[in-house]
Amino acid sequence: MRHTISILVENKFGVLSRVSGLFSGRGFNIESLSVGETIDPAISLMTIVTSGDDRIVEQITKQLNKLIDIIKVVDYMEVEHVEREMVLIKVAPKKNDKTEFLKLAEIFRGRIVDSGQVTFTVEITGDEKKIDAFIELIKPFGIKEFVRTGRVAIAREGVKKPK
Amino acid sequence: MKISGAEILIECLKKEGVKHIFGYPGGVVLNIFDVLYDEKELELILARHEQGAIHAADGYARASGKVGVAIVTSGPGATNTVTGIATASMDSIPLVVFSGQVPTMLIGNDAFQEADIVGITRPCTKHNYLVKDIKDLAKTVREAFHIASTGRPGPVLIDLPKDVTAGTTDFKWPGEVKIRSYNPTYQGNKWMIKQAARMIAKAKKPVIMAGGGVILSGASKELKGLAETAKIPVTMTLMGLGGFPGTHKLSLGMLGMHGTYYANKSVQDADLLIGIGVRFDDRVTGKTSAFAPDAKIIHIDIDPTSIRKNVRVDLPVVGDVKNVLKDMIKAVKEQKAQWDALRSAWLKQVDYWKEEKPLSYRLDKKIIKPEFVVEKIYEVSKGEAIICTEVGQNQMWAAQFYKYDKPRQLLTSGGLGTMGYGFPAAIGAQLACPGKLVFDIAGDGSIQMNIQELATAVINKLPVKVAILNNGYLGMVRQWQEMFFRERYSHTKLDVIPDFVKVAEAYGAVGLRAEKPDEVVPVLKEALKIKDKPVFMDFVVDWKEKVFPMVPAGAAIDEMIFEEEEKKSEKKLKAVK
Repeated sequence: MRHTISILVENKFGVLSRVSGLFSGRGFNIESLSVGETIDPAISLMTIVTSGDDRIVEQITKQLNKLIDIIKVVDYMEVEHVEREMVLIKVAPKKNDKTEFLKLAEIFRGRIVDSGQVTFTVEITGDEKKIDAFIELIKPFGIKEFVRTGRVAIAREGVKKPK
Repeated sequence: MKISGAEILIECLKKEGVKHIFGYPGGVVLNIFDVLYDEKELELILARHEQGAIHAADGYARASGKVGVAIVTSGPGATNTVTGIATASMDSIPLVVFSGQVPTMLIGNDAFQEADIVGITRPCTKHNYLVKDIKDLAKTVREAFHIASTGRPGPVLIDLPKDVTAGTTDFKWPGEVKIRSYNPTYQGNKWMIKQAARMIAKAKKPVIMAGGGVILSGASKELKGLAETAKIPVTMTLMGLGGFPGTHKLSLGMLGMHGTYYANKSVQDADLLIGIGVRFDDRVTGKTSAFAPDAKIIHIDIDPTSIRKNVRVDLPVVGDVKNVLKDMIKAVKEQKAQWDALRSAWLKQVDYWKEEKPLSYRLDKKIIKPEFVVEKIYEVSKGEAIICTEVGQNQMWAAQFYKYDKPRQLLTSGGLGTMGYGFPAAIGAQLACPGKLVFDIAGDGSIQMNIQELATAVINKLPVKVAILNNGYLGMVRQWQEMFFRERYSHTKLDVIPDFVKVAEAYGAVGLRAEKPDEVVPVLKEALKIKDKPVFMDFVVDWKEKVFPMVPAGAAIDEMIFEEEEKKSEKKLKAVK
């Protein structure tokens, strides 16, 4: 099972390596990781996507909680939440394909953030499935480059997850 | 008034109640050592290798229950402590280690004697720090002692760049420590404890499995209270020995790979297993899927990560073992069960197993059996010595044939299994407990790993007794080669073994030797007379002797091999050939 885990940490040097070292040292798996400051500059938020059975994920959250610099750990598997990733894709469609490409980007609510003689760079935000679907669709147009962020997640207000 | 970082450090240590520091000087810690030159309240014990210093600090901590402290220099000084830090980490021993570091300006430049010790020790410390600003120094030291000694204890390292110890600032001792992200759970959940009491009252065949957590938490009185109240037999892990009296009627001794027949049998037959301050290490459980197959498992531990890490748990109780046990005794008493009647059949069964296959070995008139030496150490020390061990066969015999009645009596590297641990640990223990008899039960391999610490023991007049079970081999590995690798003794015969008597004498210590069984007790008695210097006792023992019972790696813990059975199967093998 894949889990999105969000971790509030003290914004100190070395915290990222404590977290990543914990994952590598104990053989846990990191699929994606994103880190950023929170509204309180002394605290950072990490969002990690990991996978494992219940026992492993239980260990992951417990081991994370045990690290001194970690303030709070939330496994979003247990919480209704919204997830987003972003991707920037540089595509070089042939002359005749340009209109079709732009239409597709529009359907996916993509934004063209750069256009040149040969390439467009499109920004797509959404959950993982949407981004995967978009990438599949535009592959035939010729992807030159793409860069994808890790996942970020936030809990929804007042919604309990049905058991 | 402004004082130097080095002075602040020493003031902090005094405030923490530190009396002894173990260490070794070097370039970037010169400022600290300069302050120590005039220091009256604190004594620095100069080891002869940083590994010796760190193990001594560890032995000091285990014997006294205080935080062990070590100071070493940067680079190799710091990296030499890594084995000792990992040893303490695996066994949850509170240490605060100060390593020197190159000046902050030079960090990252591959400066002379620079090593990223904070990076290196991150996975083997409970927490570590690099102090970049002298203003953070006092607070960091305070936090380090707090973290090391509370919750599940462990080692904490503080890296001190030279400019931090050399610089000056105003010193203010921070009173209370508050770390928002560090709040161990000390009280067990009352509802869970009540459930546990019900399970105990319902169980027909309960067993308590006690570990190092009982000793760390100071809960042996409570453990005895629970066992005696609810009439539950108690087995201990290696780290738990002494947590419950080894001579008690309810004691089953150690369980696991080299555990007693009756401990392993009881656990495998139990319908309720109460793990207290244990982490269900693989040396204890054997094949986990076949471990305590019929038992419901209650697991009490202060560290939530221990729970369900290795084995399934039916009822977890997170909290300090001592607090939880106090509450549990109350809850168990409320059950008002007829404990004697309830347990008589089970205790009879356990006693039957005890009689059926007690721990045993074959005495020999001509050649010294290593188990015999341990038994005699038990006798001459009246069971009251602090026993340190190295790692290997010596460690297992020390665990099997010495009965530990009190906590902090057995100091051994259980988790990491560090050869070379015992002798420096014994030095630390002797410093912590000057009036006590301290033994290191060693092998001829292990003792050579930190033999240089003889100098430390001699100069400090520490009467540590080192009993070397000299079989000329790395015995435990040899045993595995004999049993599982067709007697191919690859690199386990130590062809050159120094004359330990002469080595001891060369350092100004006393060396004694026994080559026949009837020389063992006289040598021990002679050693006991020496009060002002260490003694090496070279016991030339049967090299063929193996540790039994033995559970082969990966087998269930009731699939034990015994000495006699092994002899029989050997004969069979020969007949086939």
